[in-house]
Amino acid sequence: MATEAHAEGATGYIIHHLTSLSVGEGFWTLNLDTLFFSAVLGALFVWFFKMAADKATAGVPGLVQIFAEMLIEFVDTQVKDSFHGKNKLIAPLALTIFCWVFLWNFMDLFPVDILPLIGSLMGIEYLRVVPSTDLNATFAMSISVFCLIIFYSIKIKGPWGFAKELMFQPFGPWLLPFNLLLKLVEEIAKPISLALRLFGNLYAGELIFILIALLPWYLQPVLSFPWAIFHILIITLQAFIFMVLTIVYLSMAHEDH
Amino acid sequence: MSINATLIGQMITFALLVWFTMKYIWPPLFDSLEERKKKIADGLAAAEKGQEAMHLAEKKAKGVLKEAKEQSSEIVNLAQKRANELVEASKDTAKKEGERLILVAKAQIEQEKQNAKESLRKEVSALALRAAEQILSAEIDKTKHQDILSKISKQLG
Repeated sequence: MATEAHAEGATGYIIHHLTSLSVGEGFWTLNLDTLFFSAVLGALFVWFFKMAADKATAGVPGLVQIFAEMLIEFVDTQVKDSFHGKNKLIAPLALTIFCWVFLWNFMDLFPVDILPLIGSLMGIEYLRVVPSTDLNATFAMSISVFCLIIFYSIKIKGPWGFAKELMFQPFGPWLLPFNLLLKLVEEIAKPISLALRLFGNLYAGELIFILIALLPWYLQPVLSFPWAIFHILIITLQAFIFMVLTIVYLSMAHEDH
Repeated sequence: MSINATLIGQMITFALLVWFTMKYIWPPLFDSLEERKKKIADGLAAAEKGQEAMHLAEKKAKGVLKEAKEQSSEIVNLAQKRANELVEASKDTAKKEGERLILVAKAQIEQEKQNAKESLRKEVSALALRAAEQILSAEIDKTKHQDILSKISKQLG
């Protein structure tokens, strides 16, 4: 496949950029680049916040602590705005999602060829550096959130309460099959829309960066600079949307009708 | 592009990250934030309290100052009154003393006058006697007119 990609010029270049470094066959394929970069970024996030948390004082905070607290405060406000129950998981979950997704997306701002070039110098054929352009990464997160939604729905409303909600709402017991169908679609749409929204935005963004990289060199800065600026907005917004929707879905799971 | 086992790996990573955040990151940072909030709120409350106390103290001080002023003016008034009294009293005594001195002086003068009168009379009578003597010595015998002479000298004396 590698030789094919090289042979086909522009299309080959694009395909090469969007092919993951993977091992294994069929379902048991592992996208090593996605796993590696998301783990590194996760470690970066955890390291930064742990550093801030270790030095956390109620007195005059340092720069690291101020930054961390700013994010904490921001996430906490979002959580308090839409979630009124008591749950120790939601705020840390939201913080993790926001920071991690943001860092994933941020990889998009690296020039498209730099990391693959370094990779190829080290003998790595394919390298996709933005984890959020991998459906596995976005779906892993949204499915985890989906599991939490189901878990809390059952925990708060009870199995029977949750089942009743699925069967008797919104149209009452006489339209049970219709209710059930509607509710199931509604629930399943949550993780799918979460994952696809993030994936779609970042995949498209990355694709445009790759397309720009195919243009003559003197045109590239003119196009990639404004697109990168615009992308700063997009990557933050997508991280924010993922976080807020997670909070909203979980608070819906906590609402007992 | 297809869904594969990466999904599972990502889910594990995600779970680990969330667990770590929940356990080691969120609580200390959030607590320190809350603690600082409380500290600031306490500080503000304390400042307000202090201000109130200051106002109270100011009021009190004003009251005390006013009282002190009143007292001092009272004292001054009293002192003035007393001074006036003293002046009046000393004027009185001075007047009396003066009058007394005048009286004494007058008495002395009177005395002096009497003395002078007396001595003058004596001298005059002596002179008159001597003159009479000289006049009479020619005609009058001393012994013969002893009676008359002593009568006269008595009268003069």
